[in-house]
Amino acid sequence: MVEQVKKLLDKRLKNVEELEKLRQTILDNKDASRTTVSVCGGTGCRASGAEAVVEAFAEEIERLELQVKIEFKETGCHGFCERGPVVVIGPKKIFYQHVQPEDVPEIIAETVLQGKVVKRLLYTDPATNEEITCEPDVPFYKRQTRHILGANGQIDPTDIEQYIAVGGYSALSTALFQMTPEKIIKEVTDSGLRGRGGGGFPTGRKWQSCRRAAGETKYVLCNADEGDPGAYQDRSILEGNPHSVIEGMIIGAYAIGSSHGFIYVRNEYPLAVEHARTAIEQAMDYGFLGENILGSGFDFRVTINKGGGAFVCGESSALIASLEGKVGEPKDKYIHMSEKGLWEKPSLLNNVKTWANVPLIINRGADWYAKIGTADSKGTMIFSLVGKINNSGLVEVPMGITLREMIYDIGGGIPNGKKFKAVQTGGPSGGCIPEQFLDTPVDFDELTKLGSMMGSGGMIAMDEDNCMVDVARYFIDFLKGESCGKCVPCREGLAKLSDILNRITHGEGKPEDLDTMEDLGEILSNGALCALGRTAANPVLSTLKYFKDEYLAHINDKKCPAGVCRELIEYSIDPEKCTGCGVCARNCATNAISGEKKEPHTINQDMCIKCGVCYDSCKFNAVIKS
Amino acid sequence: MTKYWISSERSVDITHAEDNNVVHFTVDDKDVAVSAGQTILEAVQRMPGIGTIPALCYHPSVQPYGACRLCTVEVSEDEGKSFRFVAACLYPVKEGIIVKTNTDRIKKLRKGIIELLLARCPDAVVVRELADEYGVEKPRFSLGDQNCILCGLCVRACQEIIGKSAISLVNRGIYKEVAAPFYAYELGDGCIGCGDCVHVCPTGAITMGDDGKPILPRVRIPYAEISAMVSPEELSASQG
Repeated sequence: MVEQVKKLLDKRLKNVEELEKLRQTILDNKDASRTTVSVCGGTGCRASGAEAVVEAFAEEIERLELQVKIEFKETGCHGFCERGPVVVIGPKKIFYQHVQPEDVPEIIAETVLQGKVVKRLLYTDPATNEEITCEPDVPFYKRQTRHILGANGQIDPTDIEQYIAVGGYSALSTALFQMTPEKIIKEVTDSGLRGRGGGGFPTGRKWQSCRRAAGETKYVLCNADEGDPGAYQDRSILEGNPHSVIEGMIIGAYAIGSSHGFIYVRNEYPLAVEHARTAIEQAMDYGFLGENILGSGFDFRVTINKGGGAFVCGESSALIASLEGKVGEPKDKYIHMSEKGLWEKPSLLNNVKTWANVPLIINRGADWYAKIGTADSKGTMIFSLVGKINNSGLVEVPMGITLREMIYDIGGGIPNGKKFKAVQTGGPSGGCIPEQFLDTPVDFDELTKLGSMMGSGGMIAMDEDNCMVDVARYFIDFLKGESCGKCVPCREGLAKLSDILNRITHGEGKPEDLDTMEDLGEILSNGALCALGRTAANPVLSTLKYFKDEYLAHINDKKCPAGVCRELIEYSIDPEKCTGCGVCARNCATNAISGEKKEPHTINQDMCIKCGVCYDSCKFNAVIKS
Repeated sequence: MTKYWISSERSVDITHAEDNNVVHFTVDDKDVAVSAGQTILEAVQRMPGIGTIPALCYHPSVQPYGACRLCTVEVSEDEGKSFRFVAACLYPVKEGIIVKTNTDRIKKLRKGIIELLLARCPDAVVVRELADEYGVEKPRFSLGDQNCILCGLCVRACQEIIGKSAISLVNRGIYKEVAAPFYAYELGDGCIGCGDCVHVCPTGAITMGDDGKPILPRVRIPYAEISAMVSPEELSASQG
């Protein structure tokens, strides 16, 4: 036992020289001639079976005794989740998609041992039908600037030495030994970094006021309570590169003078929790956390706190209440939490992505960082591009890229030749942006001007088959369920908005509903207690602004132009096209379809529940949706 | 600490008093000076010439909570360049701020909040009185049959004054309600039957039962939503 403890203590790096020596040793021991095989082990790829692929690789490598020849690792999320499980073979970065365990022997025999490409596993560009061999040439990656996500595909997140090999903790040693806390804050301020959690508050200013705040005890907090439907950037960073977040937090703690930090992470992210926990343990072992970090005399430790599943706990004051063990309800923040936060002590709360940006800024300098992005929004932003889009996944781009580039160049456009209708940004309380604004540069201020917001980077593409009233209803229902219920505008206002939207989508809308919804929107944005409530009307207000005709069609004509709202559509059979094959009648759950064999069938409207099975199953396009 | 206010005519004396405990600011175009450490609501509620700021979840005996939002006022921290909406019951007075308590925007907001409250509690007297005052007639929304506005005064009184925390706000959103902590079916021994919750309730939603314990207003929650609720059988099973 004593010896084990001794051995553990031995790993602690006592100064910068030891860190650099370790880094050099790791790099020297790395055999450049080895072929690298990286299997994405992010949650997205795991959902499509990556764990079995990892196992298959491990078995095959052991069977053929290739341990010396192959450097095999399970990495974090590569971003192109839709194509998972993803395997990348280095050094050429040959990119294989949808890899299954049975493909593994072939990949090893052909690609690893003979350098031949397995064509059927390559990605084909839907636009040009061209097969693409290398990861960087895939259009989805080609237009990205992956400063934050880049290391995800290179390192095994459970091995601190791999992070050190790619330059990890060098920013920390620079910060501790070559910079004063003031200089660090100045660097962060000059970089123009703004909070990536959605608020976009200048990070440097937050750090400054927390440093100036009176009090011995201060806390550093990391917000990893990512709850937006469809967004998972924070999870991917914490899963794939947890040390970058921890390094950022240590630098922040040194800058403001804090000795204790917390990561508040969703309990629904088990892999992120596990990797963050491993990373903290390893950072303790290597002396990046704990007492006398790298011999600097600075002490800092990090604790993980798992959330209880409330969306509102991503809001800063609710997060703090939850950390304190109270009900996760927001409070008015007339006194900033940088002065009075967790347990009434000055607290510095930043999002996962914001923390991950910090080592980058320290390593490459504020000037370099400030060159990326637009005038008031610097750096890169990670979006989760999902919805009706060919290439969905995590996308890291410089601020200021246009929505058109996002949707068409990186996203590869809308599938099945459908027409683009809108892009919803900023999570549930963001807004829908129509086609005429596709050339808008994406940054904090431009999105707000359009009635939407950056939020934490959700981006959902919608096509002509999406009903915008139904989209608004979906998000309002989500927010209604997640409202903490403390203040009247949010609790009652969202419930009433939801009532009205549900009525409209059921064909019971009234012309005066539109004004009522605008009034409710104003009550929410002016009166609600926290940012969740104040922005909650955005889905309604933005669709009312840009897609009023769809609301009017639902209310006045009792029609859903996109054919989504069940109560407002009717299925019928075109007697000219119907061959009387009877497939629709056999599939109909309510026996609403009847007709003689080889004669045109008909639908009994009283019995039809509008499930759409007939429409989907007819091979002759004889079922008409109107 | 004595709280005092001084009207615009007399505020001159105190401006030169070099008293660190005095804050000067403007409220509805009047220059005032009050002792520091107060909220806007505390500072202005007794000033003559300032209209009453409505507040349903505020009570001087407990900590402010900011739930009803009726006391919302407009505040400028940059000499009138920009105004924002804040809850007067929580916003601490600061040197040089400009406060407006009764602009058209505020009246409209309060009217909207009252309409929402009236839709929830159409029979609550205090809400009806406010509705009359602000000209809210029939709410445009479906009507509820509650009396509880979820101001949380009862919970705060039980916790802060009595020190018992026998009742609690449980659940979230429209299913939030006042109940025994952790959704226990009955008020436990924590309740000493003091009746403070009954007394402090602005809408009369809590009444005193014959057994000497308060009868709490219950939201009718669909059963599917009550996953957290513990039945008496389960409770005794887990304890025994």
